[in-house]
Amino acid sequence: MNFQSDGIRLTASGVSCVRGGRPLFAGLSFELAAGGAITVLGSNGAGKTSLLRMIAGLLAPAEGTIELRGGPGSVGEAAHFLGHLDAVKGALSVSENLDFARALLGGGGASNEIALTRLGLNALQDLPAHMLSAGQRRRLALARLLAAPRLIWLLDEPTAALDAAGKEVLIGMMDEHRTRGGMVVVATHLELELEDAREIFISNGRAV
Amino acid sequence: MPLIDYANPNRFQKVAAWLIPLSGAAAVILIALGLLMGFRAPPDYQQGEMVKVMYIHVPFAWLSLAAYTLMAVSALGTIVWRHPLADVSGKAAAQMGAVFCFLCLVTGSLWGRPTWGTYWDWDPRLTSVLVLFLLYLGVLALWRAFDDPNRAGRAAAILALVGFINVPIVKFSVDWWNSIHQRSSITLGKSAIDPAMLYPLLISAVGFFALFLALYLAAMRNELLRRRARTLRILRSAEAEG
Amino acid sequence: MSTLSAIVLRDLKVALRAGGGAGIGVIFFLTLVTIVPFAVGPDMPLLTRIGPAILWIGALLASLLGLDRIFAADHEDGSLDQLLLSAAPLELIAAAKGLAHWLATGLPLVIVTPLLGLMLGVEPKSLFAVALTLFVGTPGVTFLGLVAAALSAALPRGGLLAAVLVLPMSIPLLIFGVVSTHVAIADGSLGAPFRFLIAISLFFLVLGPVAAAAALRHVRE
Repeated sequence: MNFQSDGIRLTASGVSCVRGGRPLFAGLSFELAAGGAITVLGSNGAGKTSLLRMIAGLLAPAEGTIELRGGPGSVGEAAHFLGHLDAVKGALSVSENLDFARALLGGGGASNEIALTRLGLNALQDLPAHMLSAGQRRRLALARLLAAPRLIWLLDEPTAALDAAGKEVLIGMMDEHRTRGGMVVVATHLELELEDAREIFISNGRAV
Repeated sequence: MPLIDYANPNRFQKVAAWLIPLSGAAAVILIALGLLMGFRAPPDYQQGEMVKVMYIHVPFAWLSLAAYTLMAVSALGTIVWRHPLADVSGKAAAQMGAVFCFLCLVTGSLWGRPTWGTYWDWDPRLTSVLVLFLLYLGVLALWRAFDDPNRAGRAAAILALVGFINVPIVKFSVDWWNSIHQRSSITLGKSAIDPAMLYPLLISAVGFFALFLALYLAAMRNELLRRRARTLRILRSAEAEG
Repeated sequence: MSTLSAIVLRDLKVALRAGGGAGIGVIFFLTLVTIVPFAVGPDMPLLTRIGPAILWIGALLASLLGLDRIFAADHEDGSLDQLLLSAAPLELIAAAKGLAHWLATGLPLVIVTPLLGLMLGVEPKSLFAVALTLFVGTPGVTFLGLVAAALSAALPRGGLLAAVLVLPMSIPLLIFGVVSTHVAIADGSLGAPFRFLIAISLFFLVLGPVAAAAALRHVRE
């Protein structure tokens, strides 16, 4: 399914970030259109996670604004956020976790069957999630992206704990998402091959 | 960076520099005057000389409530109007309010000893003050629990507002609790106040308010300096790394 | 399935499948009621007089058990971020979590109250009324506690802090709850104190989620 996202822009203007009293970056601006992507690069602790959290609305920028122009609501309501933690409840089964994500974030996406098969977890559907390995939990978190369709994907180091096969699937997912009109913002400290993506490099208190 | 150096606080420091000594001086004068007048008034027929504790106990009670209100207004300033000094004000109000509240309890206990025969009697008014004291302690505990003063300020503000809304409910419940247990109504200070005692009371009350003002402003100043020191330490450690 | 019922169901499943489930609060309650006679002596008339107080204090403390975990557990595994991204209003999400916590922790206490009331000399004909006062009061405690839970979600030793923050403000519930219970035992009916209890509980049912949502928005980093 495609997103009706032709006129929608994710814009940031003059965004500054201060964490624990330290300025991480200032004056960051960008504009992202349908099908676009941004890779956020920088060393650990530079501020990549903070930037993603600010876009999602989970963290308030010290200065500047981030908004979804032409969109129906706030950025957070149109976004998926995949952080360092997987947001997987160990006491629930794999499919229960996915069902909950759909109920929380909106349905209409891939069924459990399809999403889990894509990520190689279909055989583990009824397994309690606390029995999954770190890589499997990561893939379950990624399955969320397929089950509950949202326009903007904010992915913080999504390849952590993934093997080569998993990375391939992830890149495929991101490409498809963009083809359908979605937007992707990925933070990584390794290079991720994304075509036609703007790069933001955060380091030593500056962002370019 | 404008984020780290607040514009307002510098102005505040300048105002505080003269306002603190001024209110301190006013406090000393007014309190001395009030207490002097008070001690010259005749002893109460029922409670003897001990009633003169009222000259400090009652202002302390008023101040405890006034400080909580100030804390709640500061909380609105933090959450709603986003004033940069609001959370500093809230912390200072909490600290000074807690102190005066505690002193109110102590003086109330001392006043109660000759009346009740014990140091504590679960008198409804003192009990309400005790619960108020617990609410203050909760706010202070929350301040201490966070490392980042900005987060602490917002958390304390929300708690202060919730507590403020609850104060009337608690007061009503405690009064009701007291009446339902059919206790005799010898509470502190219930008898009508002789005009000879009223004026000293009012004067010393104004004096104590001036004292509160001086201490509150000093506490705000200290907090601003503390944050400055923290920021400098953080910047220095950041420089050392990079 | 609507977002809010999904939240209630998920939290219930997690509470019941992990961490001792509904049982642990009940066991704590029972243990508390058991140790009181050891402290005051097996003096039945005395225990009967303070019975409602013991029941209420026990229910209050048992409700505060795990209060801090309402949001802390979600904070620790990243689920809290997801809740903040939902289209549903944060206040209702907080209320849903409060409801789930009460169903898993508070309601079992209410169900066990008649049994414990017997141990404390409450007359059988009054047991239902006693349980009813707790049924009305414990949601108030839980929803009031939502604020403390939200404020302390990311803090170490949040449990103790949350209890310290909640207890003073739960005094009105305690007062009217115990008195309602006494009236129920004496008259067999529920009068004015019970109405006050309902009113205060309802007030917290609204104030709690609103303040908790504000705390989640402003206090998280």
